[in-house]
Amino acid sequence: MNDDQKLDVAPPYNAVARHGVSPNPSHDEIARFDFLANFNKFMASALGTGNQLAYDNRVLPKFKKEHGREPKDRFEIRRAMNEDPFHLFWSALKRNSMEMRQQNGRAIVLRQIDELNAKARQFNEGRDTLELNPEIEVPRYQSAVDIHCMPGSYHGEELPGDVSAGANYDCGIFATTGGGLGALTDGGGMALVEWIKKERPGWAPRRVLDIGCTVGHNIVPLALAFPDCEVVAIDTAAPILRYAHARAQSLGATNIQFIQASAEDLSRWDDGTFDWVQTTMFLHETSGKALPSILKEGYRVLADDGLMLHLEQPEYHDGMPLFEQFLRDWDAFNNNEPFWSSMHALDMKDEMISAGFDRDELFETGVRAVVDREIFPENATGEGEDHGRAAFWHAYGAWKNASAIQEAAE
Amino acid sequence: MTDSAFDWMAAANKKAKGKRPEYFDDPEDERMLSILMAVAGEVSVLRERMDTVERLLETKGTISRDDIESYVPDKNAAYERGVMIREYIYRVMRGPHQMVEELKEAEPSLEELSKELREI
Repeated sequence: MNDDQKLDVAPPYNAVARHGVSPNPSHDEIARFDFLANFNKFMASALGTGNQLAYDNRVLPKFKKEHGREPKDRFEIRRAMNEDPFHLFWSALKRNSMEMRQQNGRAIVLRQIDELNAKARQFNEGRDTLELNPEIEVPRYQSAVDIHCMPGSYHGEELPGDVSAGANYDCGIFATTGGGLGALTDGGGMALVEWIKKERPGWAPRRVLDIGCTVGHNIVPLALAFPDCEVVAIDTAAPILRYAHARAQSLGATNIQFIQASAEDLSRWDDGTFDWVQTTMFLHETSGKALPSILKEGYRVLADDGLMLHLEQPEYHDGMPLFEQFLRDWDAFNNNEPFWSSMHALDMKDEMISAGFDRDELFETGVRAVVDREIFPENATGEGEDHGRAAFWHAYGAWKNASAIQEAAE
Repeated sequence: MTDSAFDWMAAANKKAKGKRPEYFDDPEDERMLSILMAVAGEVSVLRERMDTVERLLETKGTISRDDIESYVPDKNAAYERGVMIREYIYRVMRGPHQMVEELKEAEPSLEELSKELREI
């Protein structure tokens, strides 16, 4: 069969690579994720197109008749769409898919939690590259709800000192992204490596800070690409760090120090400590006050000519149709992402300037997941895109005082 | 073996903190859809297991449970199984999928057509 004629199906969960603390899925557990990965494709494409049709043919005409005008923002569209039977049914199905992914992942992990904890201990015990600090409080923005409907969130434990939160997070990303992030769910981190090698050939950062690292899937590729670099990865949640550290060690990324710390207080690090400070898909899980303070602290610990980089889904700029903004907002209100909508409405350039950067130091670029295309297909963007989950991100970056340094050198 | 005091099956079902949105007028419908979706998933799992058994029997003649558990489809089999799941999803989701077509064009009711045909 010609490759071009192939139907768009998700790669099999068997293609997901295993590392030292991977849960070992049974045949049927694999099949559950196979179902969900393909179901989510169906929801984004064949069924997802119905949302636009319902809006164009039913919801918008009704809205205009009632109000005598177009909707003025994504919230008005959401309220109107939440009256529409098609959109409601689609949302109900999608919410179920998200809940099933959590149940399925947790079942895999929790039935073998003792074995997983033992595996993690082998990589964690006695290593100074894992630093947990019980004094660190879980911030309100991480505890108000269980983010993306993940029971227990990142900081929850089923058994004292366990790694279940990390293992569940890690093993189920395949189902929600249809394998779009690759064998180790590290397509984002791989993309960063590819990007920096093109952007600054020959440059090797000495110290990197990864903020809100979760299971470390986006920092391990960077650590492996720059083996002499000292990497610090921080998160407020201990369970996820135990898992992240063991995962990284088992993959040979021994140059990452995982530290339980809040990004709002980086006072243990001096000004200019790092020459790369980044977040990947993290800022939308913070809050209106935390985000600027994280950026400000990040700016402070960043060295001159250092890189700050944030990967997120694209912001809701003025040119983005309100209906697309509404679609991109689905997770905010249906998948426990309470800061998602506000965060994507921020002008990240303004936020970076408030943190200390000059406007001419800023840049934006698109970053597509780097994965083995033989096995893992490229996620659809635009038509058929699974908004909020596409393996294609918007990078907001800046090189600190780069132009001033260049001018001084000249 | 996990400590018998820890009921992992119950723990796997834990609810995520945060009020669940309501999609239907009747809360019972929320529960019914969640059961239906779970069953739909489980039927897909059974079908995939059957496919594994058939493929193994075809090549080996006799098989063990370990063979099933450790089965890894090659590229072609993986694609065929993906198509099998896709076909299953389309069949099960016929109702919602047909709603998309209904959205494309408003159709007159059969009652209206009946009146029309009487006159022509």
